[in-house]
Amino acid sequence: MNTGVPLDLDWIDGVRVNTSAVERRTTTLTARRTVKKDWQVAWLLRAITCMDLTTLSGDDTEERVRRLCAKARHPVSNDVRESLRIQDFPVQVAAVCVYHLFVETARRALEGTNIRVAAVSTGFPTGLNAFEERLAEIRRSVDAGAHEIDVVITRSHVFEGHWQRLYDEIAAFKQACGAAHCKVILGTGDLATLRNVARASWVAMMAGADFIKTSTGKESVNATLPVGLVMARAIREYSERTGMAVGFKPAGGIRTAKQSLEWLTLMKEELGQGWLEPDLFRFGASSMLGDIERQLAFHGSGRYSASYHHPLA
Amino acid sequence: MADMNPADTNPANTGLAEKFRTMDYGVAPEDSSLSLAWLDQFKRRFGHFIGGAWMAPAQGQYFETSDPSTGDKIADIAQGSAADVDAAVKAARAALQGWQALTPHARARFLYALARQVQKHSRRLSVLETIDNGKPIRESRDIDIPLVARHFYYHAGWAQLLGQEFPGYQACGVVGQIIPWNFPLLMLAWKIAPALAAGNTVVLKPAEFTPLTALAFAELCLEVGLPPGVVNIVTGDGATGQALVVHPDVDKIAFTGSTEVGRAIRRATADSHKKLSLELGGKSPFVVFEDADLDSAVEGLVDGIWLNQGQVCCAGSRLLMQESIAAPLSRKLQARMGALRVGPPLDKTTDIGAIVARVQLERIEGLVAQGVAEGASCWQPDIPLPSRGLYYKPTLFTNVHPTSVVAQQEIFGPVLAAMTFRTPAEAVELANNTAYGLAASVWSESVNVALQVASRIKAGVVWVNSTNLFDAASGFGGYRESGFGREGGREGLREYLEPVWFRKAPLLARSAPHDSGPGAAAGPLADATAGREGGSLDGRPIDRTVKLYIGGKQVRPDSGYSIECRGSKGVLLGEVPLGNRKDIRNAVEAAGRAQQWSSATAHNRAQVLYYLAENLSQRAQEIVTRMAAAVGRRQASRELKLSVERLFSYAAWADKYEGTVHSPPFRNISLAMNEALGTVGVVCPESAPLLGFLSMVLPLVAAGNCVVAVPSAAYPLIAGDLYQVFETSDVPGGVINMVTGRPLELMKVLAEHDDVDALWCYGDEGLCATAKRLSAGNLKQVWTNEGLQIDFFSECYGEGRWYLDHAHQVKNIWVPYGE
Repeated sequence: MNTGVPLDLDWIDGVRVNTSAVERRTTTLTARRTVKKDWQVAWLLRAITCMDLTTLSGDDTEERVRRLCAKARHPVSNDVRESLRIQDFPVQVAAVCVYHLFVETARRALEGTNIRVAAVSTGFPTGLNAFEERLAEIRRSVDAGAHEIDVVITRSHVFEGHWQRLYDEIAAFKQACGAAHCKVILGTGDLATLRNVARASWVAMMAGADFIKTSTGKESVNATLPVGLVMARAIREYSERTGMAVGFKPAGGIRTAKQSLEWLTLMKEELGQGWLEPDLFRFGASSMLGDIERQLAFHGSGRYSASYHHPLA
Repeated sequence: MADMNPADTNPANTGLAEKFRTMDYGVAPEDSSLSLAWLDQFKRRFGHFIGGAWMAPAQGQYFETSDPSTGDKIADIAQGSAADVDAAVKAARAALQGWQALTPHARARFLYALARQVQKHSRRLSVLETIDNGKPIRESRDIDIPLVARHFYYHAGWAQLLGQEFPGYQACGVVGQIIPWNFPLLMLAWKIAPALAAGNTVVLKPAEFTPLTALAFAELCLEVGLPPGVVNIVTGDGATGQALVVHPDVDKIAFTGSTEVGRAIRRATADSHKKLSLELGGKSPFVVFEDADLDSAVEGLVDGIWLNQGQVCCAGSRLLMQESIAAPLSRKLQARMGALRVGPPLDKTTDIGAIVARVQLERIEGLVAQGVAEGASCWQPDIPLPSRGLYYKPTLFTNVHPTSVVAQQEIFGPVLAAMTFRTPAEAVELANNTAYGLAASVWSESVNVALQVASRIKAGVVWVNSTNLFDAASGFGGYRESGFGREGGREGLREYLEPVWFRKAPLLARSAPHDSGPGAAAGPLADATAGREGGSLDGRPIDRTVKLYIGGKQVRPDSGYSIECRGSKGVLLGEVPLGNRKDIRNAVEAAGRAQQWSSATAHNRAQVLYYLAENLSQRAQEIVTRMAAAVGRRQASRELKLSVERLFSYAAWADKYEGTVHSPPFRNISLAMNEALGTVGVVCPESAPLLGFLSMVLPLVAAGNCVVAVPSAAYPLIAGDLYQVFETSDVPGGVINMVTGRPLELMKVLAEHDDVDALWCYGDEGLCATAKRLSAGNLKQVWTNEGLQIDFFSECYGEGRWYLDHAHQVKNIWVPYGE
């Protein structure tokens, strides 16, 4: 639980990020670690349980959201579960992430499960609506039953170095969220430099973010491992300084089972075991689940699987 | 994703639940069966590879190579004897002519084919390397073997361009190469690729602990149809290496290994004409400034000191932390060390594998125990070690001081010694407080701090915000007791080439017994008045007193003696001081104080040299007149004329012998800077007292070195003329020092002086051999005329790049960039 701390500009000034070294770390990290066989199965199942299964398209409909929720409840088909002999093993995604309009639909479709409903908010994806409207948006989604709110920051505050404004904005979002978890999307693709990413991470955490999240999925560059590494290191440092744990959510562009293992490895190496749990780590993804399911099917049967063997989300 | 047999899964799969809970990495072993099958093809018994065929050792002896992670024997390896070495050298000699008769393109094709063959069999080579050496498969797979292939590709290019890029140069001939066990195949590539590209043939001895990949490489040579004898591999121990070093028909020795053995090789080859390059030990600083990205610096340390179990000559083993960030950096470092995985080398998730051999493990344990006994704090993370095999935990020493043994000695293990500094200047001072000078790593987000410090650290390679990066295009090699010569790049290729004219030069006549020296030919008891003209003072110039020239001042010799200088017909021309070891000591100290000459701008150095030419020209007549008494009027005039030209040449070169910017195959520039060597002793030729002196001293001075020169023994009086010119030409005091006296005696002091960085010695074979032998103490680079006669009157032979190449050492500063 992160209650936030007063804005400390020294922490922002102290940010040092060497891009080349960060890239080198992420390149070698994924070559230094691997999981095979049963361990890989375990890790892939873990990836599913940390997933915010997401649909954020202009053509979303209630029926589409219900279909997604059904997949969220049964992310791995029965025959795959049988082949892996894990019928009794509870596997479901962490949350379903939708636009405000579908919060109600999702909540109903997920009744009786622990799957949480997350709503993107605050003028997603650009965050350029009027401030009051953005706050109202959060409150409406919370009232509609969303457990988590994914908010977006005003990127210009970062470019202009208006850390106090950014802090106040996020603190206001957090307050509007009330008991709902406040997941702060930094728009890392827009922020462009790793240094900006680190600074924005610090402000978001000081302002009380429960999670910091890379991207909206709508930027030209989404979640990359270097960005993830920088955010993870900021989370670690914040935790060491304040004793409070902030969650992390990479989102956008994560499509394969292999990528899910890379992200889990990054979390395990840089932040430790706690960040392999859904209360501190989430993937924002949609198509990744299908690829994971195919890999699990392969582990169960020894045969490479085809996507049409697995129910659609 | 790996294949998995469904039967592996537990019936109830409770194991899976446990794995889901713990999220351990589990085991991920690299499959070694195909590589082991390759060993079985040889029945796990290997002979030498000589003349393109496998040969049983002449004495029938074999030794075992074993897997350090298990202690299990892998194969029997031939123990090379002097007879085996001789057979290999003969094969290489026999192959030399044919190999050199090939076109550059033909040689390029062979090197290209070797690169391809390495890539085709990369996994076999990786696995063999890992089981033989103990290094993690990730490293052999992702670092060693790709760099091997890159090295052959790069040098295929040099083979192709050799004639165009090195006109007038030829291969050394038969090259003996001895490599260490820490990067067995990579070191082989660093040795063999440039040697072959330059047109040499080689006899290579891999390390006793790690012969397998060299033998696998021999098979690749067969597969690409390399002509027999071009590459020969003789396995064995130190005695085998010794046989190769002393073999009379070897033209060059290239060695990578310990400084101690390097010294022995320097001495053993002193009496021969063998060219020598040494890549030796290190105790490289890893400097972290307060404005560094500390998390990234910690990862740099993982790559710096825990790569290959720390068994890396350029390992960043001395951590220098700015005081203000020492605490957080240490905390981050310890946390990171706790996440390192020490384990089976073939496991893909192993960070730190096995130590190569028990003797090495014991050495590490011994040095660590010594460090603890000295009061340094030793910390190791609480991580598991495999129950069998040779493993050592990553180790951090704090409370270390420059006096500590763990801060001074190369441990060659996963042991880091941490110290602090206050200012950039102190960081440089501590970084340079070592006998070595191989590599350094500098971490700062300020380009000013990073580049300033990089330029001040005495090391052949400096990595800014990175560490242990290598590329075939960037030369690698050390300053000081880390050896001399470079591997990689243009400068690396030069080690395997020589000017065609040089080895054809006539032998210099043996000069008078060296301990006699100038004037002594007459002997102290000879007629002391011979040649002295009596008579009235009328018409005689005022008595001229030539002195030593030290630190920009004319000084009397410590000995209080003078020696005579006689002309061609025995006429007494004058007297010069009899310099001794104390004068040399003083001159070296003066040179040491004048080192800022190297950071003067090249333009400034050029100006001084032009001004020298101007002033020499002004005094031409009087100098010629005086010198004519010794060398004749004709030679004196020629010398003076050419000396002025030579001054112009090196003034011209001063701002034109520039470095290179390399573009390695990732986002980085590496700046290959031509740096001065430091203080250089120069023993000048007897003949051509003026031109010979300047031909040797000027390239050094143009490069930014400070020089302690012993002028011509035949006409040392030239010193008196020269320092008057120096004094009027703004040559800063201490940049050029002159000590007259007996060359052999003075040369010995220079050769043995640890604060002299290099020695240029011109003389007969005996003098050159002595210079090389005595220089082994601090392993200064020695450049001699090999007892051959160099025609300094020729522009082709007497000046130019060949001299400048030897007057500089290349420092590669790696600067990754990107935001």
